[in-house]
Amino acid sequence: MLAFLIRRISQSVMVLLVMSVLVFVGVFYIGNPIDILIAPDATPAEYARAVKELGLDKPMLDQYWIFLKDAVHGDLGNSFVYNEPALKLILQRMPATMELAVTAMLMAVFIGIPLGMLAGIKHDTMLGRSIMRFSILGFSLPTFWVGLMFIILFSVQLGWLPSGGRGTTVELLGVPVSFLTWDGIQHLILPAMNLALFKTSLAIRLSRAGVQENLQMDYVKFAKAKGLSNTRIIGLHVMKNIMIPVITVLGMEFGGLIAFAVVTETIFSWPGMGKLVIDSIGVLDRPVIVAYLLITVTMFIIINLLVDIIYSILDPRVRLGDHN
Amino acid sequence: MADINEVKQPDFNSVQGDGVLPVKEESLLVQSLKEYFESKTAAIGLIILTVMIVVALLAPYISPQNPYDLMSIDIMDSKLEPGSKTMDESTTFVLGTDSQGRDMLSSILYGLRISLGVGVLSTVIALIIGSIIGLWASFIGGRTDSFIMRVVDLQLSFPAILVALILLAVLGKGIDKIILSLVIVQWAYYARAIRSNVLVERRKEYVEAAKCLGLPQRRIMFGHVLPNCTPELIVISTVKVAGAIALEATLSFLGLGMPITEPSLGLLIANGYKYMQSGYYWISFYPGVALLILIVSINLVGDRLRDVLNPRLKK
Amino acid sequence: MSNELLDIKKLETFFYTRAGIAKAVNGISLSVDKGEIVGIVGESGSGKSVTGFSIMGLVDPPGEIAGGSIKFKGEEIIGQTEEEWRSFRGAKVSMIFQDPMMTLNPVLRIDTQMIEAIRAHEKVSKKEARRRCVETLAMVGIPSPAERIKSYPHQFSGGMRQRVAIAIGLLNKPDLIIADEPTTALDVTIQGQILSEMQTLCRKTGMALIWITHDLTVIAGLAHKVAVMYAGKIIESGNVQEVLDEPLHPYTHGLIGSVPSRNKRGQPLYQIPGMTPSLINIPEGCSFRMRCPHADEICMKEPDETISDNGRMVRCHHPL
Repeated sequence: MLAFLIRRISQSVMVLLVMSVLVFVGVFYIGNPIDILIAPDATPAEYARAVKELGLDKPMLDQYWIFLKDAVHGDLGNSFVYNEPALKLILQRMPATMELAVTAMLMAVFIGIPLGMLAGIKHDTMLGRSIMRFSILGFSLPTFWVGLMFIILFSVQLGWLPSGGRGTTVELLGVPVSFLTWDGIQHLILPAMNLALFKTSLAIRLSRAGVQENLQMDYVKFAKAKGLSNTRIIGLHVMKNIMIPVITVLGMEFGGLIAFAVVTETIFSWPGMGKLVIDSIGVLDRPVIVAYLLITVTMFIIINLLVDIIYSILDPRVRLGDHN
Repeated sequence: MADINEVKQPDFNSVQGDGVLPVKEESLLVQSLKEYFESKTAAIGLIILTVMIVVALLAPYISPQNPYDLMSIDIMDSKLEPGSKTMDESTTFVLGTDSQGRDMLSSILYGLRISLGVGVLSTVIALIIGSIIGLWASFIGGRTDSFIMRVVDLQLSFPAILVALILLAVLGKGIDKIILSLVIVQWAYYARAIRSNVLVERRKEYVEAAKCLGLPQRRIMFGHVLPNCTPELIVISTVKVAGAIALEATLSFLGLGMPITEPSLGLLIANGYKYMQSGYYWISFYPGVALLILIVSINLVGDRLRDVLNPRLKK
Repeated sequence: MSNELLDIKKLETFFYTRAGIAKAVNGISLSVDKGEIVGIVGESGSGKSVTGFSIMGLVDPPGEIAGGSIKFKGEEIIGQTEEEWRSFRGAKVSMIFQDPMMTLNPVLRIDTQMIEAIRAHEKVSKKEARRRCVETLAMVGIPSPAERIKSYPHQFSGGMRQRVAIAIGLLNKPDLIIADEPTTALDVTIQGQILSEMQTLCRKTGMALIWITHDLTVIAGLAHKVAVMYAGKIIESGNVQEVLDEPLHPYTHGLIGSVPSRNKRGQPLYQIPGMTPSLINIPEGCSFRMRCPHADEICMKEPDETISDNGRMVRCHHPL
């Protein structure tokens, strides 16, 4: 277990380094931020001073080295736009994104898995087929368009739910959250539903396939031969077997939720890191983009590691170490 | 004893397996096609998809207006509801007009052309590049192989949208850039699919037989192994075309994809977005419906292809 | 009559497949007395496993029981409600399957899988149920059962897993156990151990046993009675010693001839020519006629059951 952790963490550091180089080199070539930041009628002297202040006159390798040294100390540079530490900007907005992503994931798990199991058990009925049609639709509908339709329907036409923002937040352990106020929940519903749609469809498909596969297995027949009720066979025997792959895949997909939050946050003006990075790409706010990418990649690595560990806890047959 | 057929164990469901009865010999293609059309939904999907492709190809000839010919549009016609007519009642805007007075139907037909074109082109390029890299990696083996597969795994552990976001943030806007990003996002799927297939196929007898005949390995790979991976590649790429179209639309919506001069369906939706809250829903809604129908029909076809082609793969 | 536990009459279990109707069990009759060990022998596809599943009410679609009767302790069990079936399975009749790697749920601990089997039929405390489980595990020869019961299936060897499965079958002290080739997937030495233990268990508990197998040698030392199945029908049955020593049906004769140990050294093994017919187009008349050395015109007609005084039954126009 320890050896596994050490190996995984050192691999992760390597990945992060590679990513930092790729991101830095890539972002280095985005247009010139100076043109956006200073007035068009600035004198050449003013221009040169701005370049020097931002450190853009140094060679690329030096810039990377400075960037890396600072990054290790938690300094990813100041935003050109907000003139605040980029890392701080991202971290400030992280709770909003996490709240959205976690809510969406919970929706996917608690709606998708039961529906998928139902579709697997009753695969030959109207209900089973309707669930599968819904999941095909959920897979096909582009997230952003569904978000727009939600706004048209629930905000503009029906006026039931607000179309943007986080609503009233309260502090939970020093972090502002929406889900503890009624107003906040109202603001959370639409974006979370929007973000959850794709993963719900995925959960439906995975659990349906899992149920159908497991119902063919000998252990189910043996459980029937023991005289167990269908409820117990499905609810415990089959459920536990399908939960392992479903939870693993969904866990891996959690990173995808964070990435896709970019779209949902843009549509619903949700003040998370995704919206910040889209705005920053628009104005070429280099440090913020780099900080966002590095933070996201770090989160991905942590999530994948956690999923591996959870997987080994859930599945008695897997021992960490021989795995991978 | 030719008239006695081999019997499988009738326990459980194995009896329904194919091959219990002598099936009339038909070509695989005819058989697959027949099986495909057994599903009505899939048949409808295929018909709709065909219509959409034809319509997209013929857009310049069948659309009522050229939405990019400034001469033909009149700002006076802006934001007209679906079914409205021009001032002189000469033309009807079936799906309304946008803020510039462009006919939405024409814009959608042109947008469909761009969306479909970008999706298909990027998928085909990614398919070719990915397959070649995948084949090449498994052909060479050793370190190169494991290095390439590491890269593939690394890339696939990140969601496509994030990779595309980074690329477009670096590259900027443009149809060539979005195609490039979509290719980079997709190639790894094919490389991995090919490689895992090659590893399976390699162990099969016909490859052994080809080796015994002294055929060069390259010939075995491209002449024997690749054709056997084709059904799976067809299935993956069908589904991936839909994915690419959706991704392009999403990126364009975020303002990262297509330039304003070449509006895909995603960009049309984005353009209408700001008018939506004021009640001009059609500017965003109909391009969205077109996009939706396109993606759903591709997915229906892909789903069915998977069902039809997979049992063949297992044999 | 009162000694009769299970009475199967003209049972038909068909599978309605796309290719046609597969008559997996085609009108078999068989009875099992209390404490009796009955062997059902046949090649793959002869319908012997489906017979077992039919008794358990576990024939999955597209298969279904198409006709006949199965009486357990004089009561008809075909057509029971789902709940009646549930309380029947595992309590009155248990079944053990072929592959011990597949029959236990891989992600649940043994104790969970055992305790639930008791509590599906009786309202007992978990503690009491656990005590009985440990006891039963000890009975089937699992060393230090109190600790081993907390393991997962994958922590056991194949033979041990099959013992666990047998223990689960025994938990509710059923009147009959159906064992569907339970030793086929195991090593020969383990197979021997399990066979002798099953025999002892039956003697001790007075439980009846139906042992389904393709291996005649297994039956020879174990069963009282044997039924040989071919293409969905019982073609010969009777006392084990009598059937093995003097087979009446050419197929049984062929089966015995193809067992290596029964041949003299250096003599070539006997082979039955051809293969078992498809259950979808069973040839008209005697289903074995295509492979039979004695077949002639009359075999185009389906042979009837001939029952002799000592209870031997054979279905053949030309009994040996």
